Amino acid sequence: MIDVILFYVFAAFTLVSALVVAGQRNPTYSAFSLIVTFCSLSAIYGLLGSPFIAALQVIVYAGAIMVLFLFVLMLLNVKEESEAPRKALAGAGGVLVLLFVVQVASALLKADVFHAPPGYEASTVGMAQLLFSSRFLYVFEATSILILSALVGAVVLAKKDL
Amino acid sequence: MSQILLRLSENPLAIVPWLILLLPLAGFTVLCLFGDAMKRDKEENGAGYIACATILGSFALAVFVVTRLFASAGVGPHGEGLRFFQPSLGRPDDALSTGLLWIDAGGFQIPFSLLLDPLSAVMILTITGVGSLIHIYSLGYMSHDPERVRYFSYLNLFSFFMLLLVLGGNLPLLFVGWEGVGLCSYLLIGFWFKKKSASDAGKKAFIVNRIGDAGLILGMALAWHAFGTLDLFELAEIAKNLPYEPVGQAGIATALCLLLFVGACGKSAQIPLHVWLPDAMEGPTPVSALIHAATMVTAGVYLVARLAPLYRLSEGAMLTVAWIGAATAVMAATVALVQTDIKKVLAYSTVSQLGYMFLACGIGAFGVGVFHLFTHAFFKALLFLGSGSVIHAMSGEQDMRKMGGLRSKIPWTFATFTIGTAAIAGVPFLAGLYSKDEILLNAVVRERLPLFAIGLFTAVLTAFYMSRALFMTFFGHFRGDHEAEHHVHESPWSMLFPLVALAIGCFVVGQIHIPEIVHFAVRSPDELHSQHPVWFTPVVIASALVGILGAFYFYIVYTAGPAKVAAAFKPLHRLFEEKWGFDLAYNAFASKVVVAGSTSVLWKVVDARMIDGLVNGSGALAASLGQSTRSLQRGFARAYALVTLGGAVALIGYLLWRP
Amino acid sequence: MTAIPLQHALILSLLLFGIGVLGVFLRRNVITVFMCIELMLNAVNLAFVTFSRALGAFDGQILVFFVMTVAAAEAAVGLAIVIAMQRHRDSLDLDSFNLLKW
Repeated sequence: MIDVILFYVFAAFTLVSALVVAGQRNPTYSAFSLIVTFCSLSAIYGLLGSPFIAALQVIVYAGAIMVLFLFVLMLLNVKEESEAPRKALAGAGGVLVLLFVVQVASALLKADVFHAPPGYEASTVGMAQLLFSSRFLYVFEATSILILSALVGAVVLAKKDL
Repeated sequence: MSQILLRLSENPLAIVPWLILLLPLAGFTVLCLFGDAMKRDKEENGAGYIACATILGSFALAVFVVTRLFASAGVGPHGEGLRFFQPSLGRPDDALSTGLLWIDAGGFQIPFSLLLDPLSAVMILTITGVGSLIHIYSLGYMSHDPERVRYFSYLNLFSFFMLLLVLGGNLPLLFVGWEGVGLCSYLLIGFWFKKKSASDAGKKAFIVNRIGDAGLILGMALAWHAFGTLDLFELAEIAKNLPYEPVGQAGIATALCLLLFVGACGKSAQIPLHVWLPDAMEGPTPVSALIHAATMVTAGVYLVARLAPLYRLSEGAMLTVAWIGAATAVMAATVALVQTDIKKVLAYSTVSQLGYMFLACGIGAFGVGVFHLFTHAFFKALLFLGSGSVIHAMSGEQDMRKMGGLRSKIPWTFATFTIGTAAIAGVPFLAGLYSKDEILLNAVVRERLPLFAIGLFTAVLTAFYMSRALFMTFFGHFRGDHEAEHHVHESPWSMLFPLVALAIGCFVVGQIHIPEIVHFAVRSPDELHSQHPVWFTPVVIASALVGILGAFYFYIVYTAGPAKVAAAFKPLHRLFEEKWGFDLAYNAFASKVVVAGSTSVLWKVVDARMIDGLVNGSGALAASLGQSTRSLQRGFARAYALVTLGGAVALIGYLLWRP
Repeated sequence: MTAIPLQHALILSLLLFGIGVLGVFLRRNVITVFMCIELMLNAVNLAFVTFSRALGAFDGQILVFFVMTVAAAEAAVGLAIVIAMQRHRDSLDLDSFNLLKW
């Protein structure tokens, strides 16, 4: 029972902090708020029985990626947005998003296929076994090349005389 | 790879045919990779040695494998066991089971298989044997050419493709060799491509050969469609069960044989596709000897002989082959009578002799055709190399009217050239007589008297024009200028050795009775042991003597004679000089019909109006569409995102609310 | 023990995605837009994890793993681009970069 309550609590955290991310004019505040979003999401992953992903979420997103964001924000000394949002764009976008959410939600609420098996736990060992099985091993190794090329790309892009 | 290893455990010899094939390719590869370095370091002579080493290695292996093959298979006249490599290297079922497939496209499966039977054994011995001598000769002949690295790499590549052509176990593989030698021929004819006539001749050879190749491709397609196999051995087996097709009831075999014969005509320079071979003499002389006399041009004869069981089924195809061969033989011989360029004489002589081979095949004596191919390779290579030696001595002069009296100045060349001339004319104890005698004998035995008459007449002409070339070159007085006379010198030993070896060969090869050796491969047991009529051999020898004596009379005794005869038969002389008008007719056709048609219809209407209209119209359409919609692209990334989102909403809406 | 209603988890994912999209249209700063895109990615991750839970199979989580890898690479390159943009235009306003057009 307690985990259901916790789920709703963290869901609320997630939504509120996400709204702050999108609504805040100051990017630095947005970034800190995003950290809250990521951490609460991590908690939700844990509640959904995925401790491995929950750990990764904190390490990769809340840790690595957000540090990178904040680093850039500090480096460039980004100020608060001086101009208001474009009304037409925001208005049209808002309507479309509303339509989108309503449509998908109506479909979701009609669906009735989610009977989660109880006592499910995606253990880290199980994940590792699957990840290093012949099915995903090559993809897994390929991501290392992806990251390497991203690294090189970042270095090249950030050089002074691009 | 696994198949070779597998087979090696059973029979180590199985690797040898592959080695024979791949050695020249290895030579080519090395010359390609290191040729520039050789040129830079002034080590160009090394290229020649590499090329010679690889082809000699191939020759040694060929001798080894053939002697072992013939010994271990217990070859006799019945030769059943001669398909020695067929089961171990070539059978498709073996290849399929071990995965050595070359082409695997749906139901179309072609294994990479080699076929080494007596016919291909004769061919590889000829190619590597004569080829080695010509490689050695090239060492001397090309020793002053700055481009000799390129020359030797082409020569090696040619050897590889030629060996592939005769060793390939199925038609597509043969075709790869076929096209490969065509390519090398083109490259070598145009070897001195800075000379316009040479590059033009290369292009002519290439284009004329394409016409023949179209026939060969169509033939392959038909064979696959009709029989479901392109394996040479299987095609021969299938032919056993097909019905005979007389002229009135032409069927699949006739169509197939005629299509393949179009290919053979192109490659082997038969009417009407013979026009490229005389022009091909623009290449270096050893190339003329190797490609345009001894090996490549005989590929057509090889193809016909290889598919002899199919040809024998079709009366129409056999008649076509025989009469095209006969017509080519006599036509080319008459043209050779009036040529003044020593290499052109030999070129037309080659065309004529190839016609002879086809004549033999056309009357059903395939083994004899291959026999003539074999002997011809020796004496014609000898003659070409001899002419090369003469040209070398004359510092590049090829016109016989400016030669004369060379016999004391270049005695070795003279002696060997004389032997070659005697061999092709049909003097007793020399190679040419034996094969020519068999061809004519088969014509008589099979009661094809018109063909026999044409053959005999051609034999007289052959003896005449070759003796004429001999007398004009080596006898009489020197007719060139003084400086040229002073410069005449005997060739180096690297050139004389091949001449001597081939001259000795002319005495020997006639004794090897090829029809007996290849008769299983061409599946014609009926052409052996025919009885000579009593009058026969004297008549053949007499024909040679008539030709030789005639030439002796006109070019030694009564030297004013030729001009008078030419004046007396002016129209005929003109016809021969104009080469029976083939080139003129083709030129007229090309310039009038093709060019005019292309200009007035294809260019002005089809290209300018229709195709350009289509292209420009679609361009204009795209431009106007772009002009009218370009305002949508404002460069604001978020506007694009908005459109994307709208698309997503619409798509989801459609999926949810669709009826 | 009452199970977490997975439908609600999916609704949460949907709302999170919607907020992310909305943010893209609201904000003008490149970095904030980028953060909103990260929000959308996370919404998708949540959906994956939920489906993985619902189906009792690990594959969804494997996908999340790879999405995270790509997101990390994307953040590195993307932020490098942001630095380059700032350096060349002295601005981070998304709408001032409008050269990608006719």
